[in-house]
Amino acid sequence: MSEHGAGAGAAHATTGTYLRIAAILVMITLIEVGVFYVPTFQSVLVPLLLVLSAVKFTLVVMFYMHLKFDNRFFAFLFGGPLLLALVVVVSLLLIFYGAVRLRTGM
Amino acid sequence: MKSWLITTDHKRIGLLYFWTAFGFFLIGGLEALIIRAQLIRPDGGLGVSAETFNQLFTMHGTTMVFLALMPLSAAFFNYIIPLQIGARDVAFPRLNAFSYWVFLLGGLFLNASFIAGPLFGADRLSVAPDAGWFGYANLTSRQFSPGPNVDFWLLGLQILGIASLAAGFNFIVTILNMRAPGMRMLRLPVFTWMTLVTQFLVITAFPVITVALVLLMFDRFFGTHFFLPAGGGDPILWQHLFWMFGHPEVYILILPAMGIISEVLPTFSRKPLFGYTVVVYSGVVIAFLGWSVWSHHMFSTGLGPIADSVFAGTTMLIAIPTGVKIFNWIGTLWGGQIRFTTSLLFAVGFIAMFIIGGLSGVTHASAPSDLQQTDTYYVVAHIHYVLFGGTILGLFAGMYYWWPKMTGRFLSEGLGKVHFWLTMIGMNLAFFPMHFSGLLGMPRRIYTYPAELGVARFNQLSTIGAFLIGIATLIFFWNLLRTRWRPANAPANPWGGATLEWAMSSPPPVYNFTVIPTVASRLPLWQTERHAPMVALPAEPPAPIHVPGGSWWPMITALGLPIIAIGALAHLIPIVLAGAAVVIVGIYRWAFEPFEM
Amino acid sequence: MGVDSRKMAFWAFIGSECLLFGSLIATYLVYKGRSLVGPYPHEILNIPFTSFSTFDLLMSSLAMVLALAAVQRGDMKQGKLWLLVTALLGLVFLGGQFWEFSHFVHEGLGLTTNLFGSTFYVLTGTHGAHVTVGVIWLLTLWIQALRGKLGPKQALTVEITGLYWHFVDVVWIVIFTVVYLIQ
Repeated sequence: MSEHGAGAGAAHATTGTYLRIAAILVMITLIEVGVFYVPTFQSVLVPLLLVLSAVKFTLVVMFYMHLKFDNRFFAFLFGGPLLLALVVVVSLLLIFYGAVRLRTGM
Repeated sequence: MKSWLITTDHKRIGLLYFWTAFGFFLIGGLEALIIRAQLIRPDGGLGVSAETFNQLFTMHGTTMVFLALMPLSAAFFNYIIPLQIGARDVAFPRLNAFSYWVFLLGGLFLNASFIAGPLFGADRLSVAPDAGWFGYANLTSRQFSPGPNVDFWLLGLQILGIASLAAGFNFIVTILNMRAPGMRMLRLPVFTWMTLVTQFLVITAFPVITVALVLLMFDRFFGTHFFLPAGGGDPILWQHLFWMFGHPEVYILILPAMGIISEVLPTFSRKPLFGYTVVVYSGVVIAFLGWSVWSHHMFSTGLGPIADSVFAGTTMLIAIPTGVKIFNWIGTLWGGQIRFTTSLLFAVGFIAMFIIGGLSGVTHASAPSDLQQTDTYYVVAHIHYVLFGGTILGLFAGMYYWWPKMTGRFLSEGLGKVHFWLTMIGMNLAFFPMHFSGLLGMPRRIYTYPAELGVARFNQLSTIGAFLIGIATLIFFWNLLRTRWRPANAPANPWGGATLEWAMSSPPPVYNFTVIPTVASRLPLWQTERHAPMVALPAEPPAPIHVPGGSWWPMITALGLPIIAIGALAHLIPIVLAGAAVVIVGIYRWAFEPFEM
Repeated sequence: MGVDSRKMAFWAFIGSECLLFGSLIATYLVYKGRSLVGPYPHEILNIPFTSFSTFDLLMSSLAMVLALAAVQRGDMKQGKLWLLVTALLGLVFLGGQFWEFSHFVHEGLGLTTNLFGSTFYVLTGTHGAHVTVGVIWLLTLWIQALRGKLGPKQALTVEITGLYWHFVDVVWIVIFTVVYLIQ
């Protein structure tokens, strides 16, 4: 079976890139935890956390899973069902709660 | 014999699927006949008890959907797809074998419940699942279904789900990655296209029912309250999760049959499919929209006006691509040189019956009218027009069409015509009156009905129709069996088909093609405006072709799954662990086995 | 399509898993706030501890890409090292999960205590089971490498292992956000 990995095809991330991304991931995690604890951010907590975690998600998928450099079809194979999963979650929340609201506490 | 146990050849696996699925189809049919016999008259019928009746309709539905219709389609996926795309086999032959064995074992596990009563100290022989094929909570709770019946159901379906998922991944990769040179996507036969779309539905929908079944399993085995109000759970969540799977599932059931008739109609009209691109895109659109309609099964659960309207709207929308295909099929026949073979008759029958089923479906789409129809026999009419009149007639069309290719022998056209007409009369007699008995108020899933309801006459007709279907099917079964003793004289292309499965002998050599063909058009074997027919492939391969041997590991790994299930049923952890060990060892041996494609 | 069949199959599988975890997460979210009795999330979830778990899994993904890069360039010494590090970090994560679960049980949150317990344990338990499979998979590769049977020719196998591992990490990113941080 042919090997489509390092070097074959488009640009390829280097070890340096991987380390930089790891650093970014750690930093974002620290920011997320910070946002969680700092009261000022409570009102925008949910959207902010969702955005931050989406960035982490994207970085890991694009670079560590190499999706940015690989055949575009893989992005479809992953992205399609991912989108569907999101729609499932949002639909159920809408149906059960009439609004997408992540409740606090209990 | 051993070669059948270890085979990884898609053609053999296809035949295994066919015979196993047909066997389950007969069992499911028997269940239907007992149901219809019981309902032939009101006020007690023939004395079938309510509990037995519940088991019968549950097993009839579960068997037909999961053990008959899906695997019969899979028989054709297996046999035909690699041939249609010009490949020597599927992408993962051992995974393919694994899917078959898991299906067989799952089906046996489920049906074992019919005789497992004594093992559970039940007061009757059968502890078959009895909560409907859709297992609504909280009827399925331990409180209201204390016996092992629902456990058989939820464990059996989890096993079967694994088979379907594995096949889904296999066929997606096969169709996308193993096409012959020149076989661009828009040159694929429609059957292959519809199969591809179906597999995407499988790999997205089956995880959802897996989660639902696991949550139910936790409720029943470990005391959680996912679907139990007493602990804060909501039975409606089950319905959402189930139908999020269940609706795509019905498209999984119909799209392959639509693909089959999209092959049959052109061949017997000697005309290309009218509007190929539109038919393909409609199939894709149906799959997408199929994910958006699930709560139309829940109009009577109090979703509220907004949800009701949204789902009514999406449901009506999905009628459009479906209707489009019907016009394309008619357009294919129009002006064609039609040969009225049995296969063609079934394909035309499909169109007619599916239109009827589609129309009743449109009436369901409107939430207000559905409120009268839901949970009545009107729905039973709808589902049987689309699933029997649609899927099964389509599958029969495929059987008559591809049987010579798969076995080298023709099915008798004479018997075939009898089969066809008896089936058409039988199914309409069986299911058309159900529109009326349903609207008059006969509920579903009742073991008897009062005479005052005024539906006795309709039920009598339905029962007669059902038995006619039974006779027709037995005639077909005889037709199948007798080919064993017929001469194997089918030529490579008995019907003058256009697609690659007809390029080599019937049945094809084990390696499928002496030389992998290069494809220049959608209809490689036909003379078209722009293309001459493909040059005939050589009779012998230019160099020896390596054919992979078989493997024991798919079957052995598959065996671990029902062992786990039995351990769970018996609440014996050692057996669960033993089954898991079989699976793990099987996977390791499989992974490290030298197996060259 | 000219891509490796196994890689395509695996991306399809990962797509399918999105629906699996999506349904579990949807169930968790639908039942959020509906527990009839406590303990409730804000009383019991330990953010500092879980942040460490998250950090651990993120580092394991780094180790995984380093392992793959090493194998691809034929440096099996580094390859073996990073494969083992990935597996060990995975084990640390699992250890953390065990500790967290036993702590919660001790505090009164069992599987059947309330909806929070049920949805929490099933969701994170399913994830943990996936991590466990991943660790076994990684250790199998590591042992193969020790026996000299893993090299650049098997880079695709390592890559697919990586896809699985990163996906499991990515699912945790979602769980960490949705379950722990957004209470």
